[in-house]
Amino acid sequence: MSYHVDEFGYYGNFGGAFIPELLYKNVQELQENYLKIIYEPEFQKEFTNLLHDYVGRPTPLYLAKRLSEKYNTNIYLKREDLNHTGAHKINNTIGQILLAKRLGKTRIIAETGAGQHGVATATVCALMNIECVVYMGEVDIKRQAPNVARMKLLGAKVVPATCGSKTLKDATNEAIRDWINNSQNTHYIIGSVVGPHPYPDMVARFQSVISEEIKKQLKEKIGKENPDAVIACVGGGSNAAGAFYHFLNEENVKLIGVEAAGKGIDTGHTAATLAIGTPGVIHACKTMLMQDVYGQITEPYSISAGLDYPGIGPLHAHLHETKRAQFISITDEEALQAAFQLCKLEGIIPALESSHALAALEKITYSEQETIVINLSGRGDKDLETYMKQMNAQEEKQTHLQNQ
Amino acid sequence: MNRTKELFQKKSKDVLSVYFTAGFPDLNSTMDILLSLQKSGVDMVEVGMPFSDPLADGPIIQHSSEVALRNGMNLDLLFEQTKDVRKHITISLVLMGYLNPLLQYGVEKFLQRAAENGFDALIVPDLPVREYEFYYKDLFEKYKIKNIFLITPDTPKERIHKIDALSDAFIYLVSTLGTTGAKTNISDEQQDYFKRIASYQLKNPLLAGFGISNKETFEKACAHTNGAIIGSAFIKALEQDKNTEQAIKNFVSSIKQPEHIHK
Repeated sequence: MSYHVDEFGYYGNFGGAFIPELLYKNVQELQENYLKIIYEPEFQKEFTNLLHDYVGRPTPLYLAKRLSEKYNTNIYLKREDLNHTGAHKINNTIGQILLAKRLGKTRIIAETGAGQHGVATATVCALMNIECVVYMGEVDIKRQAPNVARMKLLGAKVVPATCGSKTLKDATNEAIRDWINNSQNTHYIIGSVVGPHPYPDMVARFQSVISEEIKKQLKEKIGKENPDAVIACVGGGSNAAGAFYHFLNEENVKLIGVEAAGKGIDTGHTAATLAIGTPGVIHACKTMLMQDVYGQITEPYSISAGLDYPGIGPLHAHLHETKRAQFISITDEEALQAAFQLCKLEGIIPALESSHALAALEKITYSEQETIVINLSGRGDKDLETYMKQMNAQEEKQTHLQNQ
Repeated sequence: MNRTKELFQKKSKDVLSVYFTAGFPDLNSTMDILLSLQKSGVDMVEVGMPFSDPLADGPIIQHSSEVALRNGMNLDLLFEQTKDVRKHITISLVLMGYLNPLLQYGVEKFLQRAAENGFDALIVPDLPVREYEFYYKDLFEKYKIKNIFLITPDTPKERIHKIDALSDAFIYLVSTLGTTGAKTNISDEQQDYFKRIASYQLKNPLLAGFGISNKETFEKACAHTNGAIIGSAFIKALEQDKNTEQAIKNFVSSIKQPEHIHK
């Protein structure tokens, strides 16, 4: 079984490049050159140096003792939250900005949901002195205000997407339209393993540094490279793709993807694409997506802006179809409780997205001897407002109960 | 014979095609708009099938799609509305829409119903050439629906010839690298591009689209092509005048004098 793209950009039944002819030249240029460029020794050297000196890699693989005690197993957290800018997103933006420079592009665009990819893109654009425009849904601009401020401070222009659900899907539409209108000078830095081939594969390769490090670090810590399970949250699925990448062909490593159930997969307010989606084409990629019977893409919902996407990367659709990975879903409430628990047990404030992966510990089965790696994809500073709101609500409820 | 092919045999200059979104401005305006367009003397109509995420479209067509979907438009309803379209409409009829709704409907079922109703051709901007060739060409041929490909100023010559070989009605010449309605003029550079494509002497006629909005741009676009397509500007006209029939008559006559009136 192959878990990599074929020559046409497909993972099994999923993938491809369903682009309007207007983007043909750009996408073709990328398809033909991306592997050549990113495996040039000069590119690799620059990429690795930046990841080391600028991003702060390798990120620690941390044995979370109190969390492990609580669940009676061995839990390691891959600390992607400790990257510069606070999430795994920068692994990809460093790679793509170096690629864009080599393609001679002078302008960068990006979409963002939680704002982490937008911040990571704005950051590398400042670093390389390239113009940067970030599209962000109007709803997300409100709920992730700190990241909007960070992008602006870094010199990026943040453009609100005001159509549809005003979240990540719509920001992606606007970014693609911008790319169509400015295809000659602009490179589109897609933030996840979605979009037309070669993006899903290219982004997965840039993120694969996560699993590359996990292997080395586990070898040092426990004497073997492979854990028993790797858990990661999945919106589009870039952090999961990176965390799974070097374990895809290690069939004894369980891969667990965690989708956002929102208010519950049967409530109509969910972003659990694999749970309720069907095959189709979204953002130029054949994959699983949430849609109505007439193929209109439906509006997703999750408390977490980074998981609020009606599609999923074609790699994950393929891993799901072939049953190589197991996918579960976690509700808003479960994710919030997992976040509070990590704060108290380990002194780490996780991003809402990553909290979905943490909450999986309540849902999966494992034994005492197992080694479980959870990809802690981002830090929770951007989610403080949501956390405080929930905490206050809980405290009020508590007081109310005591008074009765 | 396919009406779209027939059209270009009879008329090789100044073909006017108008695009509108089915379900806009009102859910049931489809047949009225078609009748008025034919009466006003347009040669071809593109009936847009609204999609929630129209990637190649600018704000005007996006908005019309959003309104149409909110009004309740869907493919079953569109086929129901146009069941008897060929009792009244004799001009060339083309459907235009994005791939995902077609996939969910079932491409074969879609082509079959489109053919039954008397549509001649289909434009799917996000259906790649390779996917068409591998998976759908036989079905299009089975139901005698012509697939219309787009070419742009960036499409390499070799690929243009491949697209010409795969086409059997006309080729949609995208006038500029942009979304629909993004530009409203035709520059000298675009004229050169039209001339360049004309010099390739393709077997298929060429219809220019994107950025054609009025008499001036229509005439410029027609100088080196077989005709042109107007979309966003027409949608805007429909939106501005609530009297649809009058709006259509005024709009079409502002573009060209009808050389004959269709029945």
